Amino acid sequence: MRKPASSTLAAAGALAIMLGSLAIAPQAALAEGASVVEEGKAIAFNRKKGNCLACHKMKGGTLEGNIGPALVNMAERYPDKKDLRDQIWDATRVNPNTIMPPYGKYRILTEEELDKVVEFIYTR
Amino acid sequence: MKKLLLITAAVGVLGAGPLVSQASPEEDLKAFQAYFQERFPNVPFEEFANGVYAIDKASREQWEAIEEFPPYEIAIEEGEEMFNTPFKNGKTYASCFRNGGIGVKGDYPYYDIEKGRVETLASAINECRTKNGEKPLKYKKGPLASLVAYMAYTTRGQIVDIKIPFDQRARDAYEEGKHFYYARRGQLNMSCAHCHIDNAGNRIRADLLSPALGHPTHFPVYRSKWGSLGTLHRRFAGCNKQVRALPFKAQSTQYRNLEYFMTYMSNGLPWNGPGARK
Repeated sequence: MRKPASSTLAAAGALAIMLGSLAIAPQAALAEGASVVEEGKAIAFNRKKGNCLACHKMKGGTLEGNIGPALVNMAERYPDKKDLRDQIWDATRVNPNTIMPPYGKYRILTEEELDKVVEFIYTR
Repeated sequence: MKKLLLITAAVGVLGAGPLVSQASPEEDLKAFQAYFQERFPNVPFEEFANGVYAIDKASREQWEAIEEFPPYEIAIEEGEEMFNTPFKNGKTYASCFRNGGIGVKGDYPYYDIEKGRVETLASAINECRTKNGEKPLKYKKGPLASLVAYMAYTTRGQIVDIKIPFDQRARDAYEEGKHFYYARRGQLNMSCAHCHIDNAGNRIRADLLSPALGHPTHFPVYRSKWGSLGTLHRRFAGCNKQVRALPFKAQSTQYRNLEYFMTYMSNGLPWNGPGARK
């Protein structure tokens, strides 16, 4: 965009990008939110990643297992989204005998993947 | 006095361990079998030898159809032929086993006091071979699985009756097998018990989880997924891999002890191997 290279310019550029993204915030956030949910769904349903359907029934799934509870009304059940994230990160903290794999603690998913899964599950 | 001191010392050592929560094998057996009978009140006890087909009507019909022309039949014939073919020294497998090796699968696993370890039929077959100057066979599939299939076949209808002798090492082997069954492992952090005790009869995706009670009675099995016959330890390794744990070697101490625990838990059921599974 601009010619000379310097750190101030880089900072200015970053600022411009930030301002730019703020300017178009509502639509962009919506679109981005939707795509994060979609990405989260893909990770959640992937048998080698979340494989959530192995145990949980949820809207959009097929041939689900019934080992864990059905995932419904998640936003109501977890008013604080962080609690849902903690549950997926390591379910043994709440129930030491749970069969649920500790997705974050044992790095079955990366932190980024886990964030996306949380966004998706939160819409169920 | 010396004797008394020894006893006190022994009690002291035991007292330090998790003795409080440790039931005797006999008590474990009772509780284990009662759990499954309570969980599946409409399943007759001997039916548990049929694994998942004891509790799954839908797949049972398919299984019964498969059993009319069993995929393991060729393996039984192959095993029988091997069994009756003399080694280079002129002896046969029959020379290594009680009753000429017919109907003796139920003798295993047992705790061998002299060797100080759990002896399985598979390991006894290989010991018979090496004793007679033959090379040992691979433990998971192939000729050895066929031999075990034949020997299981001649044992069909007998009742599982594994003994845990009053020998501390035997009790320890049993306890280790039990601990293996209930311990979490692998990246998925699951124990055998999570699926096959706590969730027996529940669905994991579209598959019904089979009850732990009866698992070892019908091995070796021809598994459609494998497209071949496999031994119990081959299945152990598969289960361990499924929870993303490093499997142990077939006939490792871990798997022998596990077989010891699991088979003891199936006492009272009929031996019905070889079997056919999905």
